[in-house]
Amino acid sequence: MATYPEDCLYTREHEWIRVEDDVGVIGITDYAQEALGDIVYVELPSVGDHFSQGEPFGNVESVKAVSELYMPVSGEIVEVNEDLAESPQLVNEDPYGDGWMVKIALSDPTELETLMSASEYEEYVREEKEK
Amino acid sequence: MRYIPNSPEERAEMLREIGCPTIEHLFRPIPEKFRLKEPLRLPPARSEAEVLAFFRELAARNAAATEYALFLGAGAYHHFIPSVVDALISRAEFATVYTPYQPEIAQGTLQALFEYQTLICQLTGMEVANASLYDGSTALAEAVLMAERVTRRREILLARSVHPEYREVVHTYTRALGVSVRLLEYDPEAGSVDLRTVTLSAETAALIVQSPNFFGVIEDIAALAERAHEVGALLIVAITEPISLGLLRPPGELGADIVVGEGQSFGLPLSFGGPYLGIFATRERFVRQMPGRIIGQAFDQRGRRGFVMTLATREQYIRREKATSNICTSQELCAIMAAIYLSTMGPRGLREVAEQNAQKAAYLAREIARQSGFRVRFSGSHFNEFVVQSERPVTLVLDRLRERKILGGLPLGRYYPELRDCFLVCVTEMIPHSTLQTYLQVLDEL
Amino acid sequence: MMETPCHVSRDEALIFERSRPGRTAYSLPPLDVPTVPLETWIEARFLRTDPVAGMPEVSEVDVIRHFTRLSRWNYAVDVGMYPLGSCTMKYNPKMNERVARLEGFALHHPLTPEELSQGSLEVLKMLEELLCEITGMAAGCLQPAAGAHGELTGLLLIRACLEARGDPRRKVLIPDSAHGTNPASAAICGYSVQTIPSNERGLIDLDALRRAADRDLAALMLTNPNTLGLFEEEIEEITRIVHEAGGLVYMDGANMNALVGIARPGEMGVDVLHLNIHKTFSTPHGGGGPGAGPVLVTAELEPFLPVPRIVRRADGRLALEEDRPRSIGRVRAFYGNFGVLVRGLSYILTMGPEGLREVAETAVLNANYIAYHLKGTYEIAYPGPIMHEVVFSDKRQRAYGVRNVDIAKRLIDYGFHPPTMSFPLIVPGALMVEPTETECREELDLFIAAMKAIDRECRENPELVRTAPHRTRLGRLDEVAAARHPVLRWRPQASPSRAEASPEGAPSERPLSPEP
Repeated sequence: MATYPEDCLYTREHEWIRVEDDVGVIGITDYAQEALGDIVYVELPSVGDHFSQGEPFGNVESVKAVSELYMPVSGEIVEVNEDLAESPQLVNEDPYGDGWMVKIALSDPTELETLMSASEYEEYVREEKEK
Repeated sequence: MRYIPNSPEERAEMLREIGCPTIEHLFRPIPEKFRLKEPLRLPPARSEAEVLAFFRELAARNAAATEYALFLGAGAYHHFIPSVVDALISRAEFATVYTPYQPEIAQGTLQALFEYQTLICQLTGMEVANASLYDGSTALAEAVLMAERVTRRREILLARSVHPEYREVVHTYTRALGVSVRLLEYDPEAGSVDLRTVTLSAETAALIVQSPNFFGVIEDIAALAERAHEVGALLIVAITEPISLGLLRPPGELGADIVVGEGQSFGLPLSFGGPYLGIFATRERFVRQMPGRIIGQAFDQRGRRGFVMTLATREQYIRREKATSNICTSQELCAIMAAIYLSTMGPRGLREVAEQNAQKAAYLAREIARQSGFRVRFSGSHFNEFVVQSERPVTLVLDRLRERKILGGLPLGRYYPELRDCFLVCVTEMIPHSTLQTYLQVLDEL
Repeated sequence: MMETPCHVSRDEALIFERSRPGRTAYSLPPLDVPTVPLETWIEARFLRTDPVAGMPEVSEVDVIRHFTRLSRWNYAVDVGMYPLGSCTMKYNPKMNERVARLEGFALHHPLTPEELSQGSLEVLKMLEELLCEITGMAAGCLQPAAGAHGELTGLLLIRACLEARGDPRRKVLIPDSAHGTNPASAAICGYSVQTIPSNERGLIDLDALRRAADRDLAALMLTNPNTLGLFEEEIEEITRIVHEAGGLVYMDGANMNALVGIARPGEMGVDVLHLNIHKTFSTPHGGGGPGAGPVLVTAELEPFLPVPRIVRRADGRLALEEDRPRSIGRVRAFYGNFGVLVRGLSYILTMGPEGLREVAETAVLNANYIAYHLKGTYEIAYPGPIMHEVVFSDKRQRAYGVRNVDIAKRLIDYGFHPPTMSFPLIVPGALMVEPTETECREELDLFIAAMKAIDRECRENPELVRTAPHRTRLGRLDEVAAARHPVLRWRPQASPSRAEASPEGAPSERPLSPEP
């Protein structure tokens, strides 16, 4: 059963963001990692890259599928999870923890208001599944 | 029809069984107006003996290496092919199989391709190789596209001493994508890339050379790599005569970032230009940008070693319009032929055949240079090809040779107007001393 | 416990692991010219000092045994039915192999002067003309090395044609049922790709096509019959919509086996199509090539065809024409996969017009026969009428926790190659079955029986299916681990430690067991 932590906000493309002191930590949700299956490779941007909200910033790959990653908010990358290069399975094992992907300095915190809360996302996933 | 097992009676029974009134009824989704009312206007069916006789007659109209001595190279080389190559790839278990999507019943193809990839890495000094592309020219075009993806730059520098047809293929591929191509001159004395004319910039994605180049001249890869890397560009080295790798330092050791080549010399017949074998090798850090199939090692649940197609997310059947290439079918059987050839030759055989090529070419070049009216055009180092400049018209020289059943070389005027008094000569291990003497005698008589 | 020695033929090592110093498999005549120190011909700094490291040292017998043993681990068309949908794995006639190996062809250098190449040029010219007749097109180019290469060539032709009309466009429409090469080829040609949805019958949604057919439409790429095995019945309306919008129609001829001798794309409004000689025209697929993907075009597109073109001079001789200013240029060195093309011509001459029609008739009949007998057992996503292939899905079997891949692997145990599963993407859990015309009724019946038996197993013993195959030398391989930490080559020093294959002479720990 997929989980939806309360301290995160969610996108329709199944990314999560957790904001601490104007820095957002970003990853993909439990539902997304389960749908993708065993993740074999994560392609991430470099520190210093700028993205606007909704822009693709990388890929996650399973053996037979690729999914693009979309930025929940605009800003500058301040850190990427280097451990994923050697251990992409962290995304499967701990999607909201050790499987985080990038940290971003938010350029417009008001964008957070466009994202879904945990309960809204849970409802959204339920609808997706029924499709 | 002998290739269709079910007899007309059996087919009629099957039709009845599935409740279909006529064969015609099966094609009802095709609008009536498009269904052919008359047979195609093709030659009538013929027996095996008749078709064989037809092709024997056509084959006899070609001047093949059985009748003529070939001093033609330029991207296709007449080398000896050990009998084991054809015996093995004639096995239906290699020939009549599809791409190895089901590894449990395709380990033969997969392991042979893994061995091929390894051999290409060892020969080129590169870290990773794919399981083949169509041929040398398209492999070069794919390398250019890859360099553009890796560097995100939009300009390439292409040496004029690269095979002219390869250059044209690169133009065809890059034109559509708006990559601009600048040509690099060759040194008129040495025949290799003129390092003084190399002007790279921060816009340059790749510097592209061939070695030995179209004139048979060996390029200074180390120096070119240094120049390319100074501005963050990649060095792409194309090889049309990979037998040279038995003798020459591998491009990977000298700083090449992508090595592509034509693998025909490794056990593939000339076959009027194809099927050949596109070699593609690069650095490990670029592997996810590499086009084509890649075979990797894997283990089953009981820990037994096997092989699978891997890193497939680069490919068209998964990533569609974002794939690293559109390639699907490539030249896997040809890659297996190369693996068999190279396994047969081994390290000493490859070295010996390479030495024979170099020594025979060196001998002919030396002797031609002693003839009046002829000179070896370029002063650089050569492997098994060299350019001859002639005071007599090139067509006259080649016609005289042809009268003695010798295809003496390739006139260069068509490709390089400034070299219209020159022809390209290739000497492989297939040319015996006696034929070299005939060649020299013809020149002497001119 | 006693260790039972295992013969290596069950577990053939890598050729590198078989290497023993001093063994040889090659022979060369003695060097018969006076030699000079190599450094006088090649500067010393360019020369390698040692032979290539890591190349195997083996005898001829070792080479033969090694590759013969490897070959026995492959399943092949000559062994049994290979119903891989959209791949047309038909029988590969042996006489075609003999034709391609005639020395006049096999030892013919591509740069031989034209007047001494008339035989090979005649082969190419004749094949081009016959393919034009088969497809109803005006002209063709045989150079593309495979289907995807044909797609690239065809789209470049469309691009050149539209540019010549002064109306370059940027968008290519591709149905959602299409093979992945279509969008990949469009992208390589610099086009943006727009997907056209299929309707509830699995055919192109005409309304969606009309909406997408705007002033930016360069081409529609259409596979017909499509990858669901369905003929686009509205083909006339489809090509009309595209043409009226100013675009061109590209047809992927991968499924031409359903149409040869029955109908011609050229009469349906198709502007460019490619054929796969290694599918419809019976040449062996070689484990992923070589193939050949000739492109056929209408008269309007002829001036743009790649160089060189084979033309007949006034005296009847054939020549290679290079000077064609409107050509898209060269798409590969020389003239294509000649050795494949000559096999294709041999096939056409053997079949004749009636034989080719029989091919399509029988291929379609065989597919319908399978569909008829299995429709009660497996879901058919789009009921048809189907042509040369049928796409089942695992919808019913999924209730027992079994997926298409499991069914496919279990089919291996029953002695069949599995169907295609990686597409069409619009059928979840697809099993695309293309029997071709070269399967006899008994083989089709065996396949049907195997599929029914597997369905029973799904209900009674799903674990048996989920863990298949059970009768192969290797079980399912861990593709996840292979992709996470790719090992793409053997290395001279560090050979694999885990479950290391036993080199010859050192008995393996695994017990001797008979071949499956």
